[in-house]
Amino acid sequence: MANAARSTQALVCIRNLTFLRGQRKIFDDISLAIERGKITAIMGPSGTGKTTLLKLIGGQLAPNQGSVFVDDQNVHQLKNRELYTLRKRIGMLFQSGALLTDMNVFDNVAFPLREHTHLPESMIRSLVLMKLNAVGLRGARELMPNELSGGMARRVALARAIALDPMMILYDEPFTGQDPISMGVLVHLIKSLNATLGLTSVIVSHDVQETAAIADYIYVLSEGKIVGQGTPQQLADSDSPWVSQFIKGEADGPVPYHYPANDYLDDLLCVRRYP
Amino acid sequence: MTNLLETLGKTTRASFAKIGRGTFFLIHTLTGLRDMLPRPNLLVRQMYSVGVLSFLIIVISGLFVGMVLGLQGYYILSDFGAEESLGVMVAASLVRELGPVVTALLFAGRAGSALTAEIGLMKATEQLSGMEMMAVDPVNRIISPRFLAGFLSMPLLAAMFSALGVMGGHLVGVGMLGVDDGAFWSQMQNNIDFKDDIINGVIKSVVFGFVVTWIALFEGYDAIPTAEGVSRATTRTVVNSAFAILGLDFILTALMFGDI
Repeated sequence: MANAARSTQALVCIRNLTFLRGQRKIFDDISLAIERGKITAIMGPSGTGKTTLLKLIGGQLAPNQGSVFVDDQNVHQLKNRELYTLRKRIGMLFQSGALLTDMNVFDNVAFPLREHTHLPESMIRSLVLMKLNAVGLRGARELMPNELSGGMARRVALARAIALDPMMILYDEPFTGQDPISMGVLVHLIKSLNATLGLTSVIVSHDVQETAAIADYIYVLSEGKIVGQGTPQQLADSDSPWVSQFIKGEADGPVPYHYPANDYLDDLLCVRRYP
Repeated sequence: MTNLLETLGKTTRASFAKIGRGTFFLIHTLTGLRDMLPRPNLLVRQMYSVGVLSFLIIVISGLFVGMVLGLQGYYILSDFGAEESLGVMVAASLVRELGPVVTALLFAGRAGSALTAEIGLMKATEQLSGMEMMAVDPVNRIISPRFLAGFLSMPLLAAMFSALGVMGGHLVGVGMLGVDDGAFWSQMQNNIDFKDDIINGVIKSVVFGFVVTWIALFEGYDAIPTAEGVSRATTRTVVNSAFAILGLDFILTALMFGDI
């Protein structure tokens, strides 16, 4: 079994996960595995709960059924202290950057180091400058978060995410709302960080081109199910209508253009009847 | 009818759920205080923004409240030829009631609303969630220092309010209306009891500080993370704090001074 072979070296292993928000099924019995040292992308239209999946992996949300294993630990059965220990080894890049707005860039990157280590200030300084240099923002260390552009904020957040040298980074929509240059910078950064630091990366995104360019393996989600998976090449060649609608960006298809609604004509007539 | 019942049931359930969340939040905040001991600089920063920055409004309000008390008190007391008691009247009203209550109301408006908006926005911009993912407990790191700062600032601010109020009363009564200076102070000294008046006033301000800070922080933490949600939470902080202050004031006064 290909899947069994994969799971032995998987860093994250999701089994039969079901997650409800109110009455709505965000995930319906999905299973997937994220391999060590690879860049795995989870793609799908907005509103399919991609961010929710990252929060489930990070233990911020608990599933209704199923389990999430990270590095062979069941995330949702860990005690609080153990969960926090695990989180120190996971970096997460939020869509908004989530920088602490009352601190400058330097202190933001130093934040996890100061919270979790007892390193002397001189060593923290060197570490922070190294991390900032890796994202090309060593010169911006004195700026406050509100003085940064969106792309810069995301790079600072990335420097902060790698501050504790994590084993894995979760990227939440890293490319959304970026101009082509920052997009290129981020694509390059994610790829090179993964290679040089020996990380495992999970990218949640709906930017097909950029993600396909760097991902080793892609899962396509839609309506709570995994509708396609494979390497970027396999997905591009896929004959599944779901996958091809998503990859080619067609307006209508298995994912309908219209939000579920009553019959159009009836709706219009009702408007006329009850003005 | 069914609708009414349904709404009633939903509202009741929601408010009980909120009380429960609020209690857990408070316990979490209090246990978080332990982690703060080795890091006093977190507290100092919050004392500055919660306490020191509220200082001006408290001092000015105290002065004016005292001045008005001096004026009003003088006109009534002079009908009975009891102008000399002006000092007692001003001081007793301030340390027993106006000091703690008005300070707490102003504190809720100045510091409480700021705390709610700050925490609410931190939640809306994913800063709290980001901290959680960095394995830093946001309640311990963000909420607990603010809680302690509010709790410690309130009694100090109330004391300043009362002190400035007495000075305001003196300014008007002795300075402008010609009450005898010696009588003003000596009557006050004779009739204001340290335990009955001052300590009870301090107890009130401690209780108000605890409740207002708790409400403000919880509303921020529990806010719906949108612009509208934060704005509503801020409003709720001010309204709920005012109710809590006035209600608790009645209860505390009844326990301290009443024979109920």
